[in-house]
Amino acid sequence: MSVDLATVKRVARLARIAVTEEDANRMVGELNGIINFVEQLSEVDVSGVEPMTSVTPMDMRKRKDTVNDGSKAADIVANAPNTDRDFFLVPKVVE
Amino acid sequence: MTELTSLTIAEAREKLKAKEITSVELTTSYLKAIDAANEVFNAYVAVTPEKAIEMAKSSDARRASGTVGALEGIPLGIKDLFGTRDVHTQACSHILDGFKPKYESTVTQNLWDDGAVMLGKLNMDEFAMGSSNETSYYGAVVNPWKANGSNQQLVPGGSSGGSAAAVAAHLCAGATATDTGGSIRQPAAFTGTVGIKPTYGRCSRWGVVAFASSLDQAGPIARDVRDAAIMLKSMASVDAKDTTSVDLPVPDYEAALGQSLKGMKIGIPKEYRVDGMPEEIEKLWQQGIAWLKDAGAEIVDITLPHTKYALPAYYIVAPAEASSNLARYDGVRYGLRVDGKDIVDMYEKTRAAGFGTEVKRRIMIGTYVLSAGYYDAYYLQAQKVRTLIKRDFEIVFDAGVDAILTPATPSSAFGVADENLAADPVAMYLNDIFTVTVNMAGLPGIAVPAGLDKKGLPLGLQLIGKPFEEETLFRTAHVIEQAAGKFSPAKWW
Repeated sequence: MSVDLATVKRVARLARIAVTEEDANRMVGELNGIINFVEQLSEVDVSGVEPMTSVTPMDMRKRKDTVNDGSKAADIVANAPNTDRDFFLVPKVVE
Repeated sequence: MTELTSLTIAEAREKLKAKEITSVELTTSYLKAIDAANEVFNAYVAVTPEKAIEMAKSSDARRASGTVGALEGIPLGIKDLFGTRDVHTQACSHILDGFKPKYESTVTQNLWDDGAVMLGKLNMDEFAMGSSNETSYYGAVVNPWKANGSNQQLVPGGSSGGSAAAVAAHLCAGATATDTGGSIRQPAAFTGTVGIKPTYGRCSRWGVVAFASSLDQAGPIARDVRDAAIMLKSMASVDAKDTTSVDLPVPDYEAALGQSLKGMKIGIPKEYRVDGMPEEIEKLWQQGIAWLKDAGAEIVDITLPHTKYALPAYYIVAPAEASSNLARYDGVRYGLRVDGKDIVDMYEKTRAAGFGTEVKRRIMIGTYVLSAGYYDAYYLQAQKVRTLIKRDFEIVFDAGVDAILTPATPSSAFGVADENLAADPVAMYLNDIFTVTVNMAGLPGIAVPAGLDKKGLPLGLQLIGKPFEEETLFRTAHVIEQAAGKFSPAKWW
């Protein structure tokens, strides 16, 4: 499999990263280099092998479904670039 | 009187205990050293002198009242990946401009609870993505080591390059670091310091900026094996806020030092003998084998047949997880925002301006391998290969091997702005060839300095252990350290 310019632009769009024509052209070569490198995995026989989902066999610890944190609105918006009271401000989304 | 900054953590602990020095004196010495040399190394991206002195004063007061923690009064540097309350925390990325969290990571909180003092935040590759510390938004870090007769600036390795350089140049007593594919062990090897990546789950990941959640682990970089043992004991804990942290008692790692290796079985994997590996590294490896044999260990040849697939599998799994973790940087909740004509334009412009080239490259790879039609061929295949890599280790450990000895890196430190590496991302990725298997299998690994190459640069050996048997690694690494001696750069700064 190899990556072409259209694919780079599509993936950049999915990743929400604006790319210039120049960036996209450069990335075609770089991404193909990496994809070619990882391609060797296809030669491994994985029949009957389960994909790893956790390196240590463990049951996820659970806790009671109760509120144990909160009332920190000021802390949560403290680092935002644009806020109004306890709200994040973004460009208009709904007309 | 010797400079206070030349003391190891263990030595400073004794002097503090004997009331020969105070934490304020020790901390002041470090702040002066940072002031004098940080411009040369670029190891710290933020120094917190007022906070350091305030913490040192509190420590001295606690000591006077008889309350003494395990790291009481010891000044440490903190990798910029750890969230530190109201202090610069940017993973050395432009996209987190101005970010000062309102929380403290569990690992750093554990250190402060044990009495440690924070000197500041250490440089690193952006979002821990790199092997040379050159992807940092704050610029490259300079290795305190130089080749014999050369004035060329060398990299300290990465991603924890600031941590390794600061420890080697005595700009902190010890440092926190993190390791996703080798980011503790490779810089430790490049700077003649000791770095341990503990078993996945040993240290809480809570409050640490996430790169690849199934691989990331925190650990220390320190001047010697004992200091690394002291630091890890404080950093490790079970944590209700990280469900992958493990509820096992944290052993007294220091107590493992000096124990005999008699009856221990050390495996030597043939797959770690790679093409083009310098002869010196092979020689160092053989030397390490001889030291362990002399100490009473039995040496056995082993095979880890899927080793060569670890790096390609890593370059699917890690970018995939990163592309998901880094989706949160959208210009809304923290850091940089670049305005656009609508919300999507704002996201795209913000991320284009905020992420560096290597980070974008990995997000792109991750997005590609997870995208419709490619998921099975890449991501699922890589996760299956990961199972096989782990199984290789399990087979060896089940056969009675206690630890595995390998080189830590395929070379010593290379030059800043190396043109060949800049032109070929995959060549840079190969730096992690010996370390990445350990992350893929979730095992503990330690890098310990074992000698100098003919250029006079440090080389390290790596020991890989069974899950949660860090004590075995400290014990064995200590034997190597005793035989090899310790290595410090000649002071030119």
